[in-house]
Amino acid sequence: MSYRIKDQIKELFQYKYALIGIGILLVLIGISIYTVIAIPYHQATYLWRGGEGIWLDYPRNAMPSWINFFLPKKLPETIILDTQKTQKGVTKVIVPFGEQASKVRIELTFNYLYDDFPSEINLFYSAKYNVSSPHLTIYWIKPEGQRFKLRELTLRKNGAYYISNDGKLALNLQNYYSQKIGEEPNYVMSPEIGLFAVEDKSVSKLETATPLKGRYLMVIEGTLFEKNSDVNVKLVVYGKVYGAAGTDHLRRDLSIALLWGTPIALSFGVIAALSIAMIQIIIAAISAWFAGRVDFIVQKITEVNMILPFLPILIMISVFYSFSIWMLLVVVIALSIFGSGVKTYRAVFLQIKEFPYVEAAKAYGASSLRIVFLYIIPKVLPTIIPSLVLSVSDFVFLEAAMALLGLGDPVAPTWGKIIEDAYSTGALYKGYFYWVLEPSFLLILTALGFALLGFSLDKIFNPRLKER
Amino acid sequence: MDKRELYRFAKYALTRAISLIVVVVIAVYITILIANMGGYVDQIIKSEVRFNIGVEVNQNPAYKSLPPRAKGELIEKLYQKEIARLGLDKPFILRSYQYLIQALSLELGRALYLTSDTGSRSVRNIIIERLPVTVLLFTTINLILFFFSLFVGLYASRKYESKFDKIIVALSPLSSIPGWFYGIFLILVFASLLHVLPYGGLVDAPPPQDTLSYTLSVLKHMILPILSWLIGYSFIQIYVRRTFFLMFSNEDYVEMAKAKGLPPRIIERRYILRPTLPPIITDFALMLISSWMGAIITERVFNWPGIGTLFYMAASLLDSPVIIGEVVVYAYLLAITVFVLDIIYAAVDPRIRLGVT
Repeated sequence: MSYRIKDQIKELFQYKYALIGIGILLVLIGISIYTVIAIPYHQATYLWRGGEGIWLDYPRNAMPSWINFFLPKKLPETIILDTQKTQKGVTKVIVPFGEQASKVRIELTFNYLYDDFPSEINLFYSAKYNVSSPHLTIYWIKPEGQRFKLRELTLRKNGAYYISNDGKLALNLQNYYSQKIGEEPNYVMSPEIGLFAVEDKSVSKLETATPLKGRYLMVIEGTLFEKNSDVNVKLVVYGKVYGAAGTDHLRRDLSIALLWGTPIALSFGVIAALSIAMIQIIIAAISAWFAGRVDFIVQKITEVNMILPFLPILIMISVFYSFSIWMLLVVVIALSIFGSGVKTYRAVFLQIKEFPYVEAAKAYGASSLRIVFLYIIPKVLPTIIPSLVLSVSDFVFLEAAMALLGLGDPVAPTWGKIIEDAYSTGALYKGYFYWVLEPSFLLILTALGFALLGFSLDKIFNPRLKER
Repeated sequence: MDKRELYRFAKYALTRAISLIVVVVIAVYITILIANMGGYVDQIIKSEVRFNIGVEVNQNPAYKSLPPRAKGELIEKLYQKEIARLGLDKPFILRSYQYLIQALSLELGRALYLTSDTGSRSVRNIIIERLPVTVLLFTTINLILFFFSLFVGLYASRKYESKFDKIIVALSPLSSIPGWFYGIFLILVFASLLHVLPYGGLVDAPPPQDTLSYTLSVLKHMILPILSWLIGYSFIQIYVRRTFFLMFSNEDYVEMAKAKGLPPRIIERRYILRPTLPPIITDFALMLISSWMGAIITERVFNWPGIGTLFYMAASLLDSPVIIGEVVVYAYLLAITVFVLDIIYAAVDPRIRLGVT
């Protein structure tokens, strides 16, 4: 027996497809192990469910960074300048001014060398004061020296100036460009375009407007009215690309869900496929061995189960008792144990039951339990392994499908969840293809890995068809 | 068929029918149990009754002068009476039989939230309105899939080991990915990038007035769903058919026919296709029926306003009468199909009729 198995494994490695399949699965298992160690589950769910607060410094709907390798026009990365961090291009000077007050001047400079406009600009601030809040004026200086006064701000303790949402600034910029080029821009110019655009005719159309490359400077000047007063700012110029996977509509880093989706998908698929096959085999073996009334009952339950529509019942249960992905797994297994597999296996067992070695076992008085579990079931195990491997991806896609219907796990980040988010926010209409393609790619990879391995195993364990 | 055989046949049909009816009853009862176990149906009905009585009492001028406490007592009294009338005061086990009888007699009740396009709340009307839309798309898909895989499978088995056959075998892993998933990519390519086909839905908005352009519009909307299933399921089906045909073309009687010098076409038709057709047709019929129900995700992806989308909507609104109604209709359809298939096979194949296998 062991010689046979060794032989079959050797044979497996002769199939190119099997090798590719095994390779893919090893990569996915590697990713899973890395993820589980590097990002603990509670941290992942906290990040994924944490709301926008955690993700404020991340761009919205940004494509993955590596997309820049393939694009002729370089899309911007996010630039963050924070006075609380020692950072190049950030200076803050506070000079006492009279008895109590002091003057503050903050300069934030950065090089902008991209071919597209940023997606958004925000200025976050925090101020320390007791009664009189600091007063600041914010200026924007473009590489060619044009100077714009953005706004005067009286600070709260914590707050933000959402430059991109400043309607008055947008209007001023629109007027500025109309005068400068003698032509009204034919679109509503948002501040992030106006503050970065090359100031010539090209700015009049959205399609031709280009950002000016060079050194930008934000100057913040103002007065602190109290002795121990202080102010800190953080300028975030949001890019259009981020990280290895990009971000979604809630600014979340997609790589978290992509990474965590891997162990979840693999374990869900493998556990479901394995336990369903095992339970079905045991039920079929018992049904075939004991025959008579047991067999009749099993057959009837199987028939009822086949009349019950699987997916609708599953949807119904998960709507009425919304639950976690592991509970879903249990329900999927429970609904499938009397599936059509029982009938197939039973037919095989009925043949095996008549084999001489089983007769022999009966003759020397082996117990029913012993015959079923040690003599009959092991006999068929090799032949069912291929279909078991092939069925794994069915369950992986089942999880994705449930998520797509909005019935996935409420907390766990999974591939299906990403697709659902993308789908329900209209990613395909808006052209955020990366958002759908990334989880899809991983799903396809998983399916392909199991399919290639499964088909190769089928050829080895069920060689009937190999020679025709 | 002589008289004795006819008698046997009738007996067989009757046993099958009874057995299937029992199965359907049990399946529907299980559905009702699942849908009620959370207490959702009862609770919703109860709160609805309380709300309605509250509104009624408060708006009735006759009770206007009543003090609030007396009013509350009155509402409670009327509520208990109404609950008793609806039978909700009886234990669930008793009522579940009532639900079962209603469901089985296709008295599917009224939807909690959903309405049909004509504004009807009746679950039966809602389902009847949606069913043709689903049947249209998925019958078309399954017919195309069936004939396509049958003929290509036959061709591949004839050309066993040829390049074509090898390509089919090599492409069969594609089917480990479900059709709806390919649908997403097809939408991405043909709707988002190329703008040649619609994203989804049944017809253009606003729907064209004359019948011809309406039909054309519906056909245009059917292209991508059909294509997604063809990519998703045709290769594995071709593979399965081909393997099946190959097994049968090794039978002794086929060798015999070949030795007799019969032309390959006739061998194929008479000796390979004919004996393999019953299981293939069973496959087709079961797939067709289950696709009417099981295509919830395909319908969701393509926004196809059929029974699957209805189920999805009902599920997200917790509209349990609609959910139960659909499962009941489905169970009936499936049971009837199985019965019809059984009867046809029994009529055709004497082994089944006589209980010899």
